[in-house]
Amino acid sequence: MTENSILLSVQDLKVYFRSEDEVARAVDGVSFDVGREETVCLVGESGCGKTVTALSIMGLVPIPPGEIADGRVLFRDKSLLDFNDNEMQQIRGNQIAMVFQEPLTSLNPVFTIGDQIGEAIRTHEDIPENEVTRRSEQLLKDVGIASPAERLSDYPHQLSGGQRQRVMIAMALACSPDLIIADEPTTALDVTVQAQILRLLDSIQKTRAMSVLYITHDLGVVSKVADRVCVMYAGIIVEHGTRQDIFKNPKHPYTQALLASLPNREKRGQRLYSIPGTVPNPAYKPSGCPFHPRCQNAIQTCREQYPGMCDYGNAHNARCPVVFDGGRGN
Amino acid sequence: MDVNPHTNSQDYRLDEPLAPKRTRFEEFWRLFKQNRLAITGMVFFILFFVVAIIGLALTSGNDPFLDPALVRLQEKLRPPLARPNFEMLQPNEVPTLGVYVFGTDDLGRDVFARMLQGSWVSLTVGFVAVGIAIIIGIFLGGIAGYYGQRHIRINQLIAAGFLAAGAVLLITDLIWASAGFLLGGLTCILLSFLTKKSARSKIRPAWTRFWFFNTISIDTLVMRFVDIMLCFPSFIAILTVVALLPASIYNIMIVIGLTSWMGTTRFVRAEFLSLREQDFVASARALGLNNFRIIFRHMMPNAVAPVLVSATIGIASAILTEAGLSFLGFGVPPPHATWGNILSGGKGFIFDAPWLTFVPGIAILIVVLSFNLFGEGLRDVLNPKLRERG
Repeated sequence: MTENSILLSVQDLKVYFRSEDEVARAVDGVSFDVGREETVCLVGESGCGKTVTALSIMGLVPIPPGEIADGRVLFRDKSLLDFNDNEMQQIRGNQIAMVFQEPLTSLNPVFTIGDQIGEAIRTHEDIPENEVTRRSEQLLKDVGIASPAERLSDYPHQLSGGQRQRVMIAMALACSPDLIIADEPTTALDVTVQAQILRLLDSIQKTRAMSVLYITHDLGVVSKVADRVCVMYAGIIVEHGTRQDIFKNPKHPYTQALLASLPNREKRGQRLYSIPGTVPNPAYKPSGCPFHPRCQNAIQTCREQYPGMCDYGNAHNARCPVVFDGGRGN
Repeated sequence: MDVNPHTNSQDYRLDEPLAPKRTRFEEFWRLFKQNRLAITGMVFFILFFVVAIIGLALTSGNDPFLDPALVRLQEKLRPPLARPNFEMLQPNEVPTLGVYVFGTDDLGRDVFARMLQGSWVSLTVGFVAVGIAIIIGIFLGGIAGYYGQRHIRINQLIAAGFLAAGAVLLITDLIWASAGFLLGGLTCILLSFLTKKSARSKIRPAWTRFWFFNTISIDTLVMRFVDIMLCFPSFIAILTVVALLPASIYNIMIVIGLTSWMGTTRFVRAEFLSLREQDFVASARALGLNNFRIIFRHMMPNAVAPVLVSATIGIASAILTEAGLSFLGFGVPPPHATWGNILSGGKGFIFDAPWLTFVPGIAILIVVLSFNLFGEGLRDVLNPKLRERG
């Protein structure tokens, strides 16, 4: 990837949450890039820091108790973490938009969806009222809502979950952002609606030439939408590569275990694999490699040494020297 | 069936079910109608409004239609519906209606006209006082709920201290000393702006650490102030303040308003504490809205229901407080009639002329009761948890 095709670059981001006597290291040194018109997926179990990463890109981590301990977030080569509130408000919604997990509660219950989409437009652009209405209608049409003109005067409770998520996407699209951060946009929806929303996001991304940072724990979703995948575990990225790399040729034991626990045709009738143990508490992480207590390949070094990124070429990296050395040496 | 609207939006429209469209207001009205007491309350509520406005129109001006201040000593203490004694009266003293609807008082003034004039006082006192209380309550409650976790820092305390001292000295005519303090306050503010950047960095000198040291949270500050205000027996506090200030209807409104905002503050704070964690607030922030818009456009409408209810009941208690003050003689000054001072004027003649006590007493009873019933009806409708399932 060439330098100027990078839209968003997260470099060694560390986000900690302090409480009375402990420090939860929710994000502990995460680096990744999102190129223009690219879909990058952040995958990981619950509590591995995916959402906190997204929120800190938007500048929405509550401070305190949160704290950006280290790292940089570069958006079009400007450091977002150094922006003040006003400058961030210019970025949010206008250049980076976010779609949240829960469409049921992410819309304000007391306003019509027309009001809410209109507000998304009016916040960043000074255009006449009839133009706002026309744009809102067009947006609803773009996200595939039937008879958009009538839906504009509906309240959120009158829409179904899928329709609400479409409205959320329409709001995110309102100012034609360069980057959409979709935080598990399909988790709260049922499977058929999920497929529709994925198709919608995909077609919108193509027609509008946007980048999407997709946050999910659903590998099925990843295999459909991702250009590149970052696998997160306990606040760090353990493996990073193209979709083909991750699904066909996973290098990190965690990625391998995740894929092994997916159901597929060959495993029909068998008990699915599950990774033993649970995700470590972010305030009390194991020493060395955070995955070693659950890892089948763990050796003594894993307990003592923080693993470095091993380069498999072609931008495919995995944070497991054991597999790397083993693969090369023996 | 493929429901991809990109390909067949025309067909899609056909199987769109046409549920009857109801706005929120229509739904509330449908529920509200079922509560007969609340409807009765609302009817009286509206009636009171109409009477007060008509009353203002009929009793004010240089040559009012019904003159509440016209003294006819020869016609004193006439009972309700008494015909005036035409031989004793000058032509300009004859009551316009040809009858004393609610009788006359000890100075022969028409009680009906005085009641009409007093209803406007009650209405304005009720609404303005509650309006003041609600504005303060929403403002402080909103701040405590939304910004509550933030702390007041030493530098802000010092700056505020300097400015306050300067303001006090300015009032006491020590111009030079006050100018010094005000300048000191401004310097503090300027210094805070200059050192703001360095406060964020990791390595910072010890004095800035003291300078930005957190003292108490905003939530503690506001809510303990509420607790302090609630400690005062408010009626006694109002009496004290009213005794010190010149008696006028505006002072009464302001004083009642300034002593009754605590309940609203608590309501609004509680609502905001739960609303600020809601997803739609996070999504509003992700759209790049500023805090002001989030508080007043997104959170306030969601928090307004309990405030509306407490306002309705608050109006009733403000009317009662005003009547009580007027009864004790601390209210609106005498030539102007209010329900409270009609009541107080009538207490000397309670056995000879009971209508002087009953008419304003019953009017206060009806208005306060109807406001309370209306308020409770509103609460039942606006709070789904309290809705009775039929």
